[in-house]
Amino acid sequence: MSPTPPLISATGIVKRYGTLVANDHVDLDIAPGEIHALLGENGAGKSTLVKVLYGLLQPTGGTLSWRGADVKLRSPSHARQLGIGMVFQHFSLFDAFTVAENVALALDSDESVQTVAERLAQVSAAYGLPLDPSREVWRLSVGERQRIEIVRCLMQRPKLLILDEPTSVLTPQETEGLFATLERIRTEGCSILYISHKLDEVRRICERATILRHGKVIATCDPRLESAASLAQMMVGTKISPARHDAAMPPGPVRLRVTALSFRSPDPHGTSLQSISLEVRAGEIVGVAGVAGNGQDELFAALSGEAAAEAASAIQIDGKPVGRSGINIRRRLGGAFIPEERLGHAAAPRFTLSENALAAGHATNGFVRHGVIEKSAVRAWVERVVKVFDVRKGPADPEARSLSGGNLQKFVVGREILRKPGLLVVSQPTWGVDAGAASMIRQALIDLARDGTAVVVISQDLDELFEIADRIAVLFRGELSPAQPTARLEREAVGLLMGGMGFGARDHAHREQAA
Amino acid sequence: MIRLVLERRQGGSRWLSLLSPFLAVALTLLTGAVMFAAMGLDPRKALAVYFLSPISDLWSLQELAVKATPLVLISVGLCLCYLSNNWNIGAEGQFVAGAIAGSGIALASHGVAAGTPLSPLVFPAMMLAAMAGGAAFAMVPAILKTRFSVNEILTSLMLVYVAELFLDWLVRGPWRDPKGFNFPQSVMFGPEAQAYRLMADGRINIGSFLALAAVAAAALLMARTLKGFEIRLVGEAPRAARFAGFDDKRLTWTVFAISGALAGLAGIIEVSGTMGQLQPSISPGYGFTAIIVAFLGRLNPIGCLIAGVFLAITFIGGENAQISLRLPLDVTRVFQGMLLFYVLACDALLNWRISLTKHEGAAA
Amino acid sequence: MTMLEAVLLTIVTAATPLLIAAIGQLVVERSGVLNLGMEGMMIMGAATGFALSILTGSSWIGIAAAIAAGMAMSLIFACLTLGLAANQVASGLALSIFGLGLSGVIGAPFVGAKRDAMPKLDIPLLSDLPLVGRLLFGQDPFVYASFALVIGAWWFLNRTKRGLILRACGENHMSAHALGYPVLRIRLFAILFGGACAGLAGAYLSLAYTPFWSPGMTAGRGWIALAIVVFASWRPWRAVAGAYIFGGITILQLHAQGAGIRIPSQLLASLPYLVTIAALVIIMSRRNGQQAAPGSLGKTFAPDR
Repeated sequence: MSPTPPLISATGIVKRYGTLVANDHVDLDIAPGEIHALLGENGAGKSTLVKVLYGLLQPTGGTLSWRGADVKLRSPSHARQLGIGMVFQHFSLFDAFTVAENVALALDSDESVQTVAERLAQVSAAYGLPLDPSREVWRLSVGERQRIEIVRCLMQRPKLLILDEPTSVLTPQETEGLFATLERIRTEGCSILYISHKLDEVRRICERATILRHGKVIATCDPRLESAASLAQMMVGTKISPARHDAAMPPGPVRLRVTALSFRSPDPHGTSLQSISLEVRAGEIVGVAGVAGNGQDELFAALSGEAAAEAASAIQIDGKPVGRSGINIRRRLGGAFIPEERLGHAAAPRFTLSENALAAGHATNGFVRHGVIEKSAVRAWVERVVKVFDVRKGPADPEARSLSGGNLQKFVVGREILRKPGLLVVSQPTWGVDAGAASMIRQALIDLARDGTAVVVISQDLDELFEIADRIAVLFRGELSPAQPTARLEREAVGLLMGGMGFGARDHAHREQAA
Repeated sequence: MIRLVLERRQGGSRWLSLLSPFLAVALTLLTGAVMFAAMGLDPRKALAVYFLSPISDLWSLQELAVKATPLVLISVGLCLCYLSNNWNIGAEGQFVAGAIAGSGIALASHGVAAGTPLSPLVFPAMMLAAMAGGAAFAMVPAILKTRFSVNEILTSLMLVYVAELFLDWLVRGPWRDPKGFNFPQSVMFGPEAQAYRLMADGRINIGSFLALAAVAAAALLMARTLKGFEIRLVGEAPRAARFAGFDDKRLTWTVFAISGALAGLAGIIEVSGTMGQLQPSISPGYGFTAIIVAFLGRLNPIGCLIAGVFLAITFIGGENAQISLRLPLDVTRVFQGMLLFYVLACDALLNWRISLTKHEGAAA
Repeated sequence: MTMLEAVLLTIVTAATPLLIAAIGQLVVERSGVLNLGMEGMMIMGAATGFALSILTGSSWIGIAAAIAAGMAMSLIFACLTLGLAANQVASGLALSIFGLGLSGVIGAPFVGAKRDAMPKLDIPLLSDLPLVGRLLFGQDPFVYASFALVIGAWWFLNRTKRGLILRACGENHMSAHALGYPVLRIRLFAILFGGACAGLAGAYLSLAYTPFWSPGMTAGRGWIALAIVVFASWRPWRAVAGAYIFGGITILQLHAQGAGIRIPSQLLASLPYLVTIAALVIIMSRRNGQQAAPGSLGKTFAPDR
């Protein structure tokens, strides 16, 4: 033990939500100047613990001490006064406000926005994190938005910086830049609590790791001395085998053909699609990589038919032009679609599972006769999905919101896959899902493709795409790169594409215009 | 430190959902009793006038049916709107628009159709015209919402004033009864233009049966059909509805048209069945009270039937209290507003579990 | 006094209550809350203001009572929407219905009572200036208050940290909460401010605009104030333009009626409502889908504990 007390020390933290125990007597020490990893699956209680450390949640039990003295964090501003800064996974930014206003909101001083802007310019220059104080946030890329969050923490000279899944939205190159910044911050004496489930990153930059599972601390270790596999096993509790990927089959006929698809985003802050072309054959999985906000939502809307493309011929399913047809016409032609957001898009939170099955299947599954709902048919279908995909649920027909993320995702994936679609478009299939469910879903996608379905996976998780996709294309500012066979691709190359290198000169002009 | 904390309930409790409107009514009565006591009245006597006298004899019960009819008709349509997140609060205007359109037929055929084979067609034609008029008037906010994303709350409400002023002009101007001693009212409708009555000397007319039919139809629509499912899904999760392939704009038109048509129908039934002529003011605020009915009925058509009868009681009770207790008619509105407050508060009990949590100190 | 001057003066008086109410509502909406109870709060202000000033003989006590009544009404709304996370639209409607009823009960004994209008507050010398003198410096205190409110609201929202925080709550309440701002408390203050403004606007109607009380005398002005906020794209200075346009239309149609123009008076009287609708359509189509409304407007906020 070092003689200096830990910077912050949490002892026996308990946080209960009704009957659920999110944190169960969690202990955590962070030494001055260390980069400490907090590892755990989705739902392991990482976010809860972090919110307690930032004063956003009051623990049901347990104590915190700051530099050896007991402390009760009343609020985030109290935490900030002590010197705790936080970079949220879902940024706490205000899209319509300028960068300077966003920064001013996170400072507890009464400085005017003008002086904040000046100080911001200095700090961002000093750390090599360029930001224009007068721009509105919605005009910025995801990486730039994260920069705001980091800079506004640095402006308060923190002693402890908490980062919640900071690399999940970055390209590999941006991730390198972030690591360099973190190293620099650490040399200035600031401790860092780094929350992640990406084991390679943790092994690279962290000196100590605390591993959470089901709300409890499972182990504390030096991640540099562990293998990724041993860390994963501590995190998940069981061994998760990577998806089984058979040797490539001879590709079948083209089932989805996208030709020069242009689509104007209905959202004024969205990204319009520009002349996208893509062919997906029966039996293959094509991955669409890209940093969030580069047109993923628009691509999904255009492919699914939630919004109409400019030309009918721009999208063809099995040779039939469907660019201007609605989602149900495409479903009847064999299309199946799984959006990114589970609650609110793929499923209505307060509707039961059978109602949510009806929502997606009323046009194709024979659930409706003469406008009247056949409830028994819907229920039988739900039972099948639940059984085949091992959806754990309490009561017979629970509301969607009462399921865990992994179980609900298994349900929304299962309800499409069991239809044996000819084409499946899925966005972020395993986002925020526990490892067991994620591996099951990935395997199901691979098996579906092997049975002759054309599968498009839109994902921001490069590891996932390299695991399951046969070919990968990159989406950047509404443009799509040609899909390349995964076997011949380097992660670095994909990363450069995600950052916009290699996209047409037209785009650079755009960027200049925007700047 | 003890704090009041709201926790989202997982899965609504069926029991509470049935209980909450009754709890709201009970709280309203309790508050009313306190209010009457504060005004120096015997609370028991005052509440009896308000809530018991309207159901004490046959004549009152008929009157009750007549008053409940427009409330139920309008509120059933409003349920469909509110469930699909379309805030039509201009039913009062659609009521007036329907009454005007239907009366147009009655006045055009006045003295012409009587005695001819066309005579039995007059009242059905009036009902159709009223429904078309109410629906057309409701389509204005609907189209402005879908085409220009103009807030339908403001437009539908503004149109209430427009409809009322238009009616006022009609009965003082072109439609005024020339032999009416300059009173602002139309001629009395001929017998062929009056709503069919159940008994020759009774007050109940066909409207009450149409209201029951509307309740049954809407209940079936919501419970059994894909359209009903669509209405609920669009209101609950618009993106999920788009994912299901439902067109929310067309649905907005549909529900506004239905609720406008029902309000218009209520309007012509009120005019042809109860008043027998057009007057400058034809509604004691049915269109607004129906909003409360819809919420008290938990946006459920059958609930609206019960709630409509209950609010009709307050209308008649208010009239009785004006006579026997010399209380202003506005007390009724106070009751109604209070009732809606309590309904909303009790609904909060449904979605949220309220608990007092003690903040455990460091030692816990 | 010239005819033009008289018309302009009456336009000022017609626009003032709209402006006061709209500024209050603007601040409320900027904090992310949609309070459709404007009409009810305003008419409660009118009724209590008139009742108290008749009973006490003091306009100032009447005004204070009106403000208190508006705030009390808004407190009910706050309890429902903030405390119990009830639907804001329905709660606002309930407030309007309740206020219309309760004001009728409170005002019933005062129907037919008359009192002198609030005296004009002439600013010496300046009010003697030709034309603009009376217009700008010879108004009743409410008019000055309305402009003080506009300037104050603009300054608060755009120039102060607290204003920035309030706007942040309206823009994205989850982010504001994550940064540690007490969203509900801030909204409570905004709602109370809105209630105070509505009460003041109501007091203007029964104490200065028409020095008597009649049931339902707000005649939809609360709703028009809501429309003005949309029209103004949630900016205080544009609310001035909105209020004066609507005030102008109200007055012009009155003058048109008085001048014996052969258009039925009812149709002229419906003009302000029709113009409101037309203005909303124009502003929305000009805006072309661009969102000007606060991002969290009308959405219920309930933090996880």
